[in-house]
Parts: sequence; C-alpha cells; structure tokens
Amino acid sequence: MTPILEVQHVRKSFGGVVANNDVSLAVPPGKIYGLIGPNGSGKTTLFNSIVGQHPVDGGSIRFEGREITRLRVPQIARLGLLRTFQQTRIYRGMTCVQNMLISVSPAQLGWRSAYRRSSPAEERKAEDLLQFVGLHAKRHLPGGDLSFGQQKLLEFAMALMSEPKMLLLDEPTAGINPTLINGLLERLRQANREFGITLLVIEHNMRVIMQLAEYIYCLAHGELLAHGKPEAVQQDQRVLDAYLGAT
Amino acid sequence: MENLRLLFAAPPLSLQLLLDGILIGAIFALAAYGMALVWGVMGIINVAQGELVMLGGYAAYFLYRAGIHPLLGVPVAAVLLFFLGWGLYRSVVFRVVDKDLFISILATYGLSILIQQLANAIFGADVRTAESGFGTLVLLGGAVTIAEIKLISFVAALLAGAALITFLKRSRMGQAIRATAQNARAARVMGIDTDRVYAWTFALNAAICGASGALVAMTWIVNPYLGLPYTVRSFMIVIIAGLGNIVGVLAAALGLGVAENLAGFILGAEYQAAFVFGLLVVILVWRRFWLARERRYLA
Amino acid sequence: MKLPAARALAAPAAILVLGLFAPALAPAYRSQMAFLWVMIVFALTWDLLGGQMGYNSFGNVLFFGIGMYACVVVQRDFHLGYYSALFVGMAAGAVLAVAVGALIGSGLLGLRGHYFAIGTLGIGIAAGELAGGWDFVGGGGGLVPPMYPGAVGGRETFFYYLTFAIAVITFPVLRWLYSGRFGLAINAIRDDEDKAEAMGLRTTRYKTTAWCVSAFFLGLLGGAVGNLIGFVDPREVAFASSTYGVWMVLMAILGGKGTLWGPVLGAAIFHVTQELFWKYLLGWQRVALGLLIVVIVVFFPRGILGWAREKWPERFGHGVDEAASEGGG
Repeated sequence: MTPILEVQHVRKSFGGVVANNDVSLAVPPGKIYGLIGPNGSGKTTLFNSIVGQHPVDGGSIRFEGREITRLRVPQIARLGLLRTFQQTRIYRGMTCVQNMLISVSPAQLGWRSAYRRSSPAEERKAEDLLQFVGLHAKRHLPGGDLSFGQQKLLEFAMALMSEPKMLLLDEPTAGINPTLINGLLERLRQANREFGITLLVIEHNMRVIMQLAEYIYCLAHGELLAHGKPEAVQQDQRVLDAYLGAT
Repeated sequence: MENLRLLFAAPPLSLQLLLDGILIGAIFALAAYGMALVWGVMGIINVAQGELVMLGGYAAYFLYRAGIHPLLGVPVAAVLLFFLGWGLYRSVVFRVVDKDLFISILATYGLSILIQQLANAIFGADVRTAESGFGTLVLLGGAVTIAEIKLISFVAALLAGAALITFLKRSRMGQAIRATAQNARAARVMGIDTDRVYAWTFALNAAICGASGALVAMTWIVNPYLGLPYTVRSFMIVIIAGLGNIVGVLAAALGLGVAENLAGFILGAEYQAAFVFGLLVVILVWRRFWLARERRYLA
Repeated sequence: MKLPAARALAAPAAILVLGLFAPALAPAYRSQMAFLWVMIVFALTWDLLGGQMGYNSFGNVLFFGIGMYACVVVQRDFHLGYYSALFVGMAAGAVLAVAVGALIGSGLLGLRGHYFAIGTLGIGIAAGELAGGWDFVGGGGGLVPPMYPGAVGGRETFFYYLTFAIAVITFPVLRWLYSGRFGLAINAIRDDEDKAEAMGLRTTRYKTTAWCVSAFFLGLLGGAVGNLIGFVDPREVAFASSTYGVWMVLMAILGGKGTLWGPVLGAAIFHVTQELFWKYLLGWQRVALGLLIVVIVVFFPRGILGWAREKWPERFGHGVDEAASEGGG
C-alpha cells in the first residue's frame, strides 16, 4: 500500500542551525501516527516543511504519490493536506459558524460560488461539526471570545469541515483541561474512523500519544532517533535518554 | 532623455550630481536614523517625522530672521524640538504605543496633517530659506561647484548623528533605551521605566529631526509641505537598511540622495517628488518579491 | 443585524425617500448634500478594503483621480453631446481605474500590514505628482470640464442625483458581496491571512476582486465629482491624498470599520462636522480637521458601531445560544 505521506531525507537549516537532518518517515492512509521528541527536536519545523511553509534544503516529500516538495501552502492545502497550529489559529473576528463556513474546501467550489451564500447543506454540516466538538451553544460567538481550549476545538472542527485526506495536528491537547482530553481523543479517533482522515500527531503528552497512535516516530536534535509501535518506542533506551536530557 | 545623454557627455556633471546627492544624503540619514530609533524602541512608525524636520527648518529660519546665524539654529532647533517631541509623546503618542501599528500610523499621520496645517496657517505657504552667507567651493577648474554650506551641513549632520549614537551608547538613558528596544518586558522587570524611555526616545527623535530640518533650511528651502517627502525618504532608508544598522542607514541615505539628484536631473525637477514616492512603491514591491524568493520562515 | 425583515428595511427605505426629496426640501444645500453621497461612497469603498479585508489603503484616491481625469479627457476630446460625453467618460473612468487596479494590484496586494498602508500612500501621492507634470492632462493647472448645458439651478440638482445614484448602487452591491462567501473570505483574510492560505483559500483572487470593486466605484465617482466641482486639479481635487485620501479612512473608522452601516454613519457625521468647520472656522478648518483625525484615531478607534457591537452583542448576532441541546467543550 503506498503511503499517503512519504518524507524522504528531508533537510532544513535556519542560518547555522540544523533543524531537520536527513529525516524520513512514511504514513499509510487511514492510520493515526505519532511524532514525538523533546523540545527543539524539529517536529514543528518538519510539519512546516511538509505543508510548504518554507522550502526545504534537500530531500523529497510526496503526498498520495505526488511530489509536493516545491509546492506552496495554499496549493498543498487544496490537495487535501491540512495542518493545525501549535498556537491555534482561527479567525478571531468571525463567529464560529462563519469560521466553519469559510473552511469548506475550495477544491469543492467553483469560482462562481464565491458570490453566493453558503448552501443549507454547508450550514447544516457546520452546525453538526460544531456539535461534534461541543461548541454548538457558542456558534454565534466571535472566535476571539472563546477560551484557548475551545479555540483548539474550533480549529479542529474547521479542519474537519474542509474534509482533508490527511491532517497534521500540532500538539492538539496542549492547553486543554485534562478532564476534557479523553473527549478530544475520542473525537480524533472518530474523525479517523468515520471520515477516513489520516492523522499525524505531534504530542508531548506521552499518555495521549501512546493511546492514540498506532506507530510512532521520534525525533531528537533534528534527526530521526527511533520509530516503531508505541510499546517499543516507549521502552527504547535512546528515546528515554533523549527525553531525560542525556545528550 | 536629452538630459541623460548630457550626463554621459559631460562626466563632471555626473560628479556634481553625485556630490550634491551625497551631501544632502547625510541629512536624510539623520532623519532616517531617528525614525529607526522610534520604530525599533517603540514599535511605531512616525509619519509625522517630516513635519518635525519642517519645524526644525522654521526654527532656523526665524533665528536667521532675528539676526542670529542659522548654524546656531541646529542646536537650538534640536532643543526646541526635543521639548515639542516630549510634549507630543505625553499628549498623544503614549496612547498609541501599545495599539496596533495601523492605529499609530494613522494617529501620527493625523499629527502630521495637524502640524502641517498649523504651519501653513501661522507661517504662510511661502517658501523660505535661512541664508547662511557661505560661499561656493570651485573644483576641477570650474567644472564642479560645491556650496560650502552643503559641505558644512554634511559634516554637521555626521556630527549630530555621532552625538546621538554616543548618547545611546554611553549614557544611562541611552542604555535604558537600547535595553527596551531589545525586550521591553524584560526592561520593565529590571526596573526601567519604559514610559520614560519612550518619552526620551520620541523627544530625541524630534531633536534629531529638528537638527536636520535646520540644515535643510540652510542648504535648501523650507515650506509647510516639506514634510511628507522626508517621512517617505526616512521610511525607505529604514526598510532598506534595517532597524539596527547605522552604516546601512548612512549608505542607503547617501544612495537615495544621489538617486534623487540624478532623477531630478534626468526627469526634470517637477517629477522629482513623483520619483521619491514612486521609488517607495518600487522598493516595497521589490522587497516583497525578494523576501518571497528567500521564503523566510513565518511562524 | 438580526432584525425582522420589515424593520430591517425601514432605515434604508427612509434614507432612500429622504434622499430622493432632499433637493426639494433644502435646495440651498444641494451641492453639500451631493458631497454627502460622495463621502458615503468614499467610506464604503475604503471599508471594503480596510475594514472588511484588513488592507488599510491610503491610496484609494488613485482610482478616484484616474476616473476623474479619464472622464474629463473624454469630455474634452470626444465630440459627443454633454450627457453622452459625461456618461461615456464616467464609464471610461471606471474601466480605466479597474484596469490600473488589476495591473498594480498584483504588486501592492502582496504587501502586508504597514507596508501596504505606506506603499499605497506613495502610490496616491506619486499619481498626483505625475499628473501634475503631464501636459496632456493639463499639468499643474489641471483641466476644466465642459459647462453644464441646462438651466441655472439645474446643475446642482443634476449632480446631486448623479452622486445619489452612485451611492444607491454602491451600497446594495457591497451588501450582496458581503452576504456571500466573498464576505467570509475577505474577513478571513483580515483576521488571519496565513491561516486562510493554509486552509487553501485563494486569497489572491479575493484580494484582487475587492481591490477592483473599490476601483470601479471610485473611478465612476471620479468623473461625477470632477464635473460637480467644476475643475480638476491634480493634487487638491483628483489625487487628493491628504484630504479625501485620509478622510475615507477616518469616516470608516469613526462609524465603525468592518460593518456595513458604519461607514455610512461615519461619512454623514464627518461630512456635517466638516461643513460646520468650513462655515465657522474658515482658515483653520484644516487644522481642526487634523485635530479631529487625531482625536478619532486615538480615542475612538472602534468607532460608533464597533462600540455598539461590544455593548449589545446580541443585536449584532453574537451571543451564546443557551437553548442549545448540549454544553461542554
């Protein structure tokens, strides 16, 4: 089975600092994979490279078999590969419903649709997804009025609205009330099961990622340190050393 | 394009334009450095920068009218404008320092219009000069002439710039200013009164504009509408050179002086202002394409 | 605003009726009232770019001036009857403005934030300087449009209805644009352009369209105003950056930028205030205006409707739906 996402020997430096050095990974379609590593190991940089936020210094990235290494963010997004942000980005001046409606994938719309109102089907789907993440009561509030955790959920819902084929999630549980994390995980699994969205998740919370992911890649100092099933990675001495700070 | 051919036919003409451009460029550098200071420390773009220069020019002019030599106008204008800058900060600018950049642009633009129109109403729209009574240097057997006042202004501008830089490096307030520019919150934690730092910064900027304005009045002219082109020049120089780069500011300023002089000659004096504003747009658009090619990392 | 349909139409209908009968009710002020409609179009077209899309332009006068010059040149050089020349001229102005907008839009709209603001400032002023040096359009002396051929009082009435008509067309077009996906898109660009791109939105297309829509209405307006004023000066009338160029920003901010009625409200208040300044503070009206700018921007940046929206969010469609079936999240 061709992986839906294939990253091969990707290198990226900023000035003199090597953020990613010869990193390779592959994610099969329909799976939930994890990406872990201590702070500064280059996880978010890798995400940024994959979605075209900056050019890479070397290596290749393929999505659904197609070379996307040189494509830019909007083009890659229109192919169905989306990401959420560590700092959570939503449209603060617009209501939740509006945030959802504007997230309908442009690939599904013709140019004339830009001048029409959103269809009732779209509005229903927006409300259903808001219900799915538990924001239905707040759907008419401006995004900026939501709490951080609620904004994260909104961002997630917006990504779902766009019906991506694959979603890169950057620390989806950071800043969320621990009592609500299980609910979020369940929604992530549901999105994966029911909507068929492949997930690659950066996480710091070990409990979360071990439960959620079927396979894990671990980065440290910009390089791929280890990879394997969660139980194996969890017990890998190199991973433990990296997290405990032993260089 | 007649004029363009002239330039190639008579090299001394090019030399003349080059020299004149360099000499006035130092004055641009002063105003630009002030703008960079305010931008770097306070995070605001002072669109009234040119109007502060203009007021400095009028200060020198009125000294000249009062019989005092306008060269003395440079320090006097600097002092007067320092207090004006302090006053402007305390009344208006402090309110927009922590708001978004567009608000500060609009607010300082409003100030610039206010100052400009006040100057127009009070001083009248006529063009004035502060005669300094200096002669002209003649070089290369008459092919190149340099007004002595331009040479003196060049030196004065460099001195004023050096004075400012020394102040920033050596004095306590200067160090406080530089600390705030690096990290305002950390500076506050260290006990620095950032509000006072901002007041000093804005006032120093006004002083430096006043000094450059006095030089402008002597080497050229002053009128109420002098301001906006100076603001635009300062802005262009700052975005080319970057915020922390003294040498870059000087180089860019001298370059701009030369470019403007050449353009004024080739295109005709009536298009010189159009050149300045058009160049601004060209620089901004070119810069954006250059950055896009580098694809700088946007978090 | 979430009002029942009949009430929602009451205000626009009242304004429409008042507008139609105004020349009869207050004939001495026809020119000033014509300018009120001009200001409203200025504010609305600016708000499309600045308030709704977040691209604060100081250079919209570019389109206004192009429209004005194009119209008067058509009137001068094409030997048509007065009305034909005027309407053809206005149309030419609108088309030329859009063409120029499309041409320079690709460069300018790539600039972000303050670079865009200052870049458009440069464009507006450069255009004025260029026009002032170009003899074909009269250089520094400008141009004079042809005399109005009708009866003595007819001129003011005609131009009143002309500017009124432009305003009456602009408003519903913008309203229609804002009600569809276009409105959502430009708001998204305003709130977080990088996020919009990351979601695949074709931001360039939306930005250029908004830019050209503004250009169209301003270009159309330019010809009308040039004829209304009776002469075309490159710096003070056509590419009047330090007056019209700034006022359009002010009016939208005063009324509440990013709302549909905010710019209209702001334009009305600003225009009346300015006329009063002119009447009672002659010689100092520009100074007073500069002061007004500072006061509005510093003390009232949210504007009237912005303030209202914070005070009564439900009226603007914002609020928590307590009756919804579930909570949590």
